[in-house]
Amino acid sequence: MTPFGRVKSVAAPLPESDIDTDVIFPARFLLLLDKAGLGKHLFNERRYDRAGKPRPDFILNQPPFETARILVAGQRFGSGSSREQAVWALADFGFACVIAPSFGEIFYTNCFKNGVLAIRMDETSHRALLQASQAGDIVTVDLERQRVSWTSGAVSFDIDAYRRRALLEGLDEIAQTLSDDSGAIDDFEARWSSRAPWVQIEGQHAAPDGGKDTP
Amino acid sequence: MSIGRNAPGDHRTGAMGRTLYDKVWDDHTVKGYPDGSCLLYIDRHLVQEVSSPQAFAGLRQAGRKVRRSAANIAVADHAIATGGARRLAPDGLAALQLRRLEDNARDFAVPYIPVSDPRHGIVHVIGPELGFTLPGVTLVCGDSHTCTHGAFGALAFGIGASECEHVLATQTLRQSRQKRMRVRLEGVMPDGVAIKDVSLALISRIGTGGGTGHAIEYAGSAIPALPMEARMTLCNMSVEAGSRVGMVAPDERTFAYLEGRRMAPRGVLWERALDHWRGLPSDPDAVFDRDVAIDLGKLAPYVTWGTNPSEAVPVNGRIPDPASETDAGRRGRLARSLDYMALEPGMRVEDIGIDRVFIGSCTNSRIDDLRAAARVAAGRKVSARVRAMVVPGSAAVRMQAEAEGLDRIFRDAGFDWREAGCSMCVAMNEDRLAPGQRCASTSNRNFEGRQGVGGRTHLMSPAMAAAAAIAGHLADVRSFLS
Ligand code: SF4
Repeated sequence: MTPFGRVKSVAAPLPESDIDTDVIFPARFLLLLDKAGLGKHLFNERRYDRAGKPRPDFILNQPPFETARILVAGQRFGSGSSREQAVWALADFGFACVIAPSFGEIFYTNCFKNGVLAIRMDETSHRALLQASQAGDIVTVDLERQRVSWTSGAVSFDIDAYRRRALLEGLDEIAQTLSDDSGAIDDFEARWSSRAPWVQIEGQHAAPDGGKDTP
Repeated sequence: MSIGRNAPGDHRTGAMGRTLYDKVWDDHTVKGYPDGSCLLYIDRHLVQEVSSPQAFAGLRQAGRKVRRSAANIAVADHAIATGGARRLAPDGLAALQLRRLEDNARDFAVPYIPVSDPRHGIVHVIGPELGFTLPGVTLVCGDSHTCTHGAFGALAFGIGASECEHVLATQTLRQSRQKRMRVRLEGVMPDGVAIKDVSLALISRIGTGGGTGHAIEYAGSAIPALPMEARMTLCNMSVEAGSRVGMVAPDERTFAYLEGRRMAPRGVLWERALDHWRGLPSDPDAVFDRDVAIDLGKLAPYVTWGTNPSEAVPVNGRIPDPASETDAGRRGRLARSLDYMALEPGMRVEDIGIDRVFIGSCTNSRIDDLRAAARVAAGRKVSARVRAMVVPGSAAVRMQAEAEGLDRIFRDAGFDWREAGCSMCVAMNEDRLAPGQRCASTSNRNFEGRQGVGGRTHLMSPAMAAAAAIAGHLADVRSFLS
């Protein structure tokens, strides 16, 4: 993952609450097998009409917001499904940071796995930021200092220390677990399989011996 | 309903009783990190075609292996057809996706259940059927409705594709412990009211963010009598209340369901497992951060009218009026939902005509769900204006339903009887609404476009969906039962 630097850009305001992952990335595009290039389907139904023409009333079709790298969204942004495609599409479109009063939990986690900074912001600051975004202010997000600032305001934000470091350093979390914790995992597995041997299912798939077939 | 907030207790000191969630968590803690998060061991992983291709691609790219192949089951459920030639011979993108799953399963030695196999079905339906889902295990899947498996006292939650890759490679996930929320179900459901109505009533009251940050445990005097199917529906809907985790403590009903299943322990191991499982229920002095109680005796059947599951009302109610909403944000949201759903403020719910009916999905496609729908459909006819389909959750459910003659009841009434899959819950195959069509659905999400671009979804219980199919409009199932 590429390390997260400072982001300075216009911020696209999308204040509507409960924008779920089906709206962010409609299910029929989940048939695509790659992570790359999904940005063109981002907010598909909101962005394009049935003939595929951009809807002029949608914020990302309006200059200067089509180049925004920051999205200021409403409550519970990204609730619903676990599809990481929602984040891949946002990132592919160019978003590096999403700011909202609250998020769907799995979506929130998925953001950080892809170098996208998700910031939970209290409603008062969020309202001020929305206004500034609507006015086309340039917004700066500084993860190092945990601060969001714009022409007439600034606010600091909370973020879990590990997630912050993972973003700043562009950590490969799997590599880290494998290098730091493999021993602990081996030990745990040995302990757990002697304490709860019924949890082990090695070999059972190979010879399913029937068992009851009632639903 | 009463809502209380308790002072958060320190659950880690051991001085105080532990919840079911804490016990399973503690059992699986590989190590703690300085920031308070933990490396959690993952016992089980369900792999489906939509969220796994990128995870396997990541493994390949980094030259990594699957740590414990046998801890996984791979099955295709989202994009497969539920009938016709395309079921076994898909075309287009669905064919590529299916082939990719098969290739990945083969290359990484992950056990795979083919579409034609009698064990096939929706991941969250077959996990329990196979005995893959057990009390006290940790179970994940790249799918938000993984919370379903919490019905067995498993710590089960949905994850994204990157986390799937982490689990495949390491059999662990770095996680932070959630707060605990208890939802107490008290009293007895009146006839015609189903567990789905309890979920919709709960979500309409606490909101789609009501469970965020919390692991829900469903408890209360109504639980012991609830069949496993109902517990799965209940836990399944937890994520619609914002919670990744919904659990029910295992009890004799849980054990009776699991005993003898293909992958459940046998003999001495079964006895040892029972000993462990009997110690899992929350201690009497365990502390929850939040407590909610629902009186089941007072509930009516619910339907959703809007575009998220909290926008629900009793079936004999009316569509809300944005004009009576004082908060501008909520007023806007309400107006937008009504606009998308093409409904007038104040209109009677029962006056809403429908075009389609979908009985299925990991929420409501189990044998008890089909029995409840068949009870309403028996001897009646689907309205001429409605196209109705029943999609069993698994091949086993389908076979059982056929053994009981439910398929005949549905077919005679004019329902389409399909084969297992996610189908019109997610509209990734040809089962989908046309723009503007309105559907009575037993699935879990009424999001914009969820059942097809421009489609309109009303969520309800299986019996309510059957009643709507026959009436041709949203209808109170209670008038069909007398
Ligand atoms: S039935 Fe619907 S909610 Fe359940 S796993 Fe399939 S798509 Fe997801």
